Amino acid sequence: MQIRLEHLTKRFPNRNKKIKEDVIAVNDFDLTLPDGKLIGLLGPSGCGKSTALNLICGLLEPSSGRIFFDDDDVTSIPAERRGVGLVFQSYALYPHLTVERNIRYPLENLKGDKKLTKEQMKEKVLQAAKLVQIDELLERKPNELSGGQQQRVAIARALVKTPRVLLLDEPLSNLDARLRLQTREEIRRIQKETGITTIFVTHDQDEAMSISDTIIVMNAGVIQQVDKPQDVYDNPVNLFVAKFLGTPAINVFDGKVEDGVLYIGKDAVLKLSGIGNRPVKVGIRPEGFNPEENGPFVCDLDRVEVMCRDISVVSRHEGSETDIIRSIITSEHAKKMKGEKVRFSLKPEKVHIFDKETGERLYFETV
Amino acid sequence: MKKNNLKAWLYLIPAFIFLGVFMVYPLIDVLVYSFEEGYNFASQTSFGTGAYNYRYVLRDPYFLQALKNTFILVAITVPVSTGLALLISLGLNSIEKLRDLFQTVYFLPYVTNTLAVGLVFMILFKKTAYTDGLVNLLIKLFGGEAVDFITGPYWAKMFVLCFYTVWIVLPFKILIFTSALASVNKVYYSAARVDGTSKFRMFRTITLPMISPMIFYLVITGFIGAFKAYSDSVALFGVDLNAAGMNTIVGYVYDMLYGDSGGYPSYAAAAAIILFIIVLTITCINLLVSRKHVYY
Repeated sequence: MQIRLEHLTKRFPNRNKKIKEDVIAVNDFDLTLPDGKLIGLLGPSGCGKSTALNLICGLLEPSSGRIFFDDDDVTSIPAERRGVGLVFQSYALYPHLTVERNIRYPLENLKGDKKLTKEQMKEKVLQAAKLVQIDELLERKPNELSGGQQQRVAIARALVKTPRVLLLDEPLSNLDARLRLQTREEIRRIQKETGITTIFVTHDQDEAMSISDTIIVMNAGVIQQVDKPQDVYDNPVNLFVAKFLGTPAINVFDGKVEDGVLYIGKDAVLKLSGIGNRPVKVGIRPEGFNPEENGPFVCDLDRVEVMCRDISVVSRHEGSETDIIRSIITSEHAKKMKGEKVRFSLKPEKVHIFDKETGERLYFETV
Repeated sequence: MKKNNLKAWLYLIPAFIFLGVFMVYPLIDVLVYSFEEGYNFASQTSFGTGAYNYRYVLRDPYFLQALKNTFILVAITVPVSTGLALLISLGLNSIEKLRDLFQTVYFLPYVTNTLAVGLVFMILFKKTAYTDGLVNLLIKLFGGEAVDFITGPYWAKMFVLCFYTVWIVLPFKILIFTSALASVNKVYYSAARVDGTSKFRMFRTITLPMISPMIFYLVITGFIGAFKAYSDSVALFGVDLNAAGMNTIVGYVYDMLYGDSGGYPSYAAAAAIILFIIVLTITCINLLVSRKHVYY
């Protein structure tokens, strides 16, 4: 099912009563989420991701704007009747009910001609339990399960009534690192098997990048970019998105463009066209550095770090926003890393230039 | 290890001494009194031992009246006060404005003196030569006939006693319930809402189980408290409860010891033991029932 948001906005009165201005948690969301896809809603803590999710599932009412499920306007339909499945960050499994009764709970709410017999319910519960592979645990209570198992029960409970849309609020944040990797694949598999439009909220870019079909990057209540994960990484629309995605993080420098040459500090690092003379912010991905004997970009070498298969060079430059620059290089280059200076040439497709004030991307051509 | 044990016992001695002197010894003593026929405090003598005290007490019409009164009081006030407290707490929990004010108002009876409240009830219900009392005025306003609630028919007196008891025990129960309700995690209600649960079902399948330990606690203490009722009756009907026909078991015990017709510690002890057995039985039944229905 397609979800369409039209100018969706949510304001909260400020906690500090002296400030009259409202807090805008979700600011003018205007987008269409494609049918049957896994959509990652990504942003830093407190940026309004969960608010957006709660608006879609109906636990919160929007201040303005409309929400459509396919062609149905569901804006004023309460959560009870929207037919969404929601998995809470804390799972919210009823502690006094067994796993089976937890999963059956939504089915028991069905009324009228949707009402199911005991046998039908049993079958549906078993089906959902099998899908998330917990059919062995049906008799247990939630507190007798591990975090990962509880997570699966919560997903089964959300899926059992075959919702029109499945929403997951930080589904992996309570799991340890290994389980997180495993469970995110699991979520991917379940979504593919059921084909239900799924939105999941996360602040972890790895999570969003690895399993989403589309990611929505948001900051301070505003959508920054909506795109395929790789496209968001390769083509960030502004400095925030560039900084938010990628590990290690992008290196940001103060620079300037003068007569078709990009300068970082005194180094003329790149020839380009399309940007006039102006001060700029320059973002260079860690993999965008080529160590080269006569490279134009001269840095002070600090150390070389080897982590698993990555070799990263830590160096310093006067133009850098942060104390250190981190670049990732191949192993044959690593042997050459000696002395006090290290020289790089830059891969132009890994270099992004932004407006110094607004952080908007400035596009350029290499010469 | 052994040395540690010795130390532990040493630490426990003060508690044991006090519990022994003030709890265990009196209990055993009462049991002994209850089997000593015609025990006399002054001479410290008795005629002999046997179950005569019990036979007497169980045939005494005053005791049977007290027993009946107590059972009616328990059967009415425990469920009514617990249910009412739960309803009021649910209401308090769902309002946002003035919640603190209402909580304070509902808690006021708890800090008010029992006898003072009794006086207020007298004014509300008592019929005198000059006035019929506030409640009777209301009854008349709606076309009813004035009833003498304090010295009139049995059911009227019982009604006032139950009303009064419920009102007295309500605040504490509301306090417990509001805190129990507030401690139920809101996320369960959100989850239930998204799954299309009706308000009533949420209450039945989420709220009730989650606060069941508190309900159980209040029912048990409510039963025990109501069985031990005495001061409520005195506050409303004065000290001569047998004459008013509104005596309770504890009142009977008191009368047997110190009342005008008193001076019979053996009968008092037997009545006290009977009360003890009743309370013990009811509490055991409660525990058995709770095992099935209380979720911890």
